[in-house]
Amino acid sequence: MIRLPLLLFFSAALFSIGVYGVLARRNGVLVLMSIELMLNAVNVNLVAFSQLWRDLAGQVFALFVIAVAAAEVGIGLAIILLIYRNRETININEVNLLKW
Amino acid sequence: MSAQEYAFVVLALVGVVAAVRVVTARNVVRAALYLVATLASVGATYLLLGAEFVGWVQILIYVGAIVILFLFGLMLTRAPIGREALDNPGRLLPALIGLAVLAGLVFLFQDAFAWGDPKVQLGHATTALVGESLFRRYVLPFEAVSFVLLAALIGAIVLSRKDDTR
Repeated sequence: MIRLPLLLFFSAALFSIGVYGVLARRNGVLVLMSIELMLNAVNVNLVAFSQLWRDLAGQVFALFVIAVAAAEVGIGLAIILLIYRNRETININEVNLLKW
Repeated sequence: MSAQEYAFVVLALVGVVAAVRVVTARNVVRAALYLVATLASVGATYLLLGAEFVGWVQILIYVGAIVILFLFGLMLTRAPIGREALDNPGRLLPALIGLAVLAGLVFLFQDAFAWGDPKVQLGHATTALVGESLFRRYVLPFEAVSFVLLAALIGAIVLSRKDDTR
C-alpha cells in the first residue's frame, strides 16, 4: 500500500522538472526529452488513480498517451532533423521564421 | 510505512534525481542516458503499483524504442557540448516557473486529498483485464490511436526523406 499523496508528489516533481527543461533548454532534442518527462508525470497520475479507484480506464488511457508520445517523438525528431539540414543548427531560439 | 512504500520512495528519488540531471546535463548523450533512468523508475513504479501491462509497455516502448529514437536524433544533429550551447542564458526565470508549478500542484493536491489518507493498493489489473477493457470498451479509441500512429510514421518518413526534386 502506497499513500496517494506520495505518488502525486512524484508526478508533480517530474512535471515541474519537465516545465523547467522546456523553458531552459535551447537544444531541440533536449526540449523534446523534457516534454517526455511531462507526459510521464501525467501517466503516473493516470495509473495511480486507476489503481486507487479500481477502474481500468486510467491504464487504458495511459497506454494511449504512450502511443501518442511515440508519434510525437517521431514527428518532432523528423522536424528537428529537417531544421538541422536547412539551417545547420537545432538551437530553437534561432528558428524564428514564423515569428512575427 | 510499508515495505512497498519504502521501495517506492527509493525509486522516486532515483527518478527525480535522474530527471534533474536530464534537464541540467552538459552532454546531450548523458542527458539521454539519464532519461533512461527516469523512464525505468517510472516503469518500476507502475510494476510496484501492480499495473503490470502498463509497466512492461513503458519499459519496452520508452526505454526500448523512444530513447533509441532520441539517440538517433542526437547522432544525426551535431550538437555542441557545454552549458552555453545547450541552455538559454537566463535560467533563473525557468527555475522560478518550475518551482511555482511544483508549489501550485502540491498545494492543490494537499488541499484536495486531505480526506481520509487514501492508499493505493496492489492492483487487480492483470494483463487479461487490461486487454479485455482495451478491445471491448475502448476499441474505437484504440483504432483511432493506431491510425494516428500510422499517420505520424508516414509523416516522419515524408519529412525526413532526402528529396532531390526540391
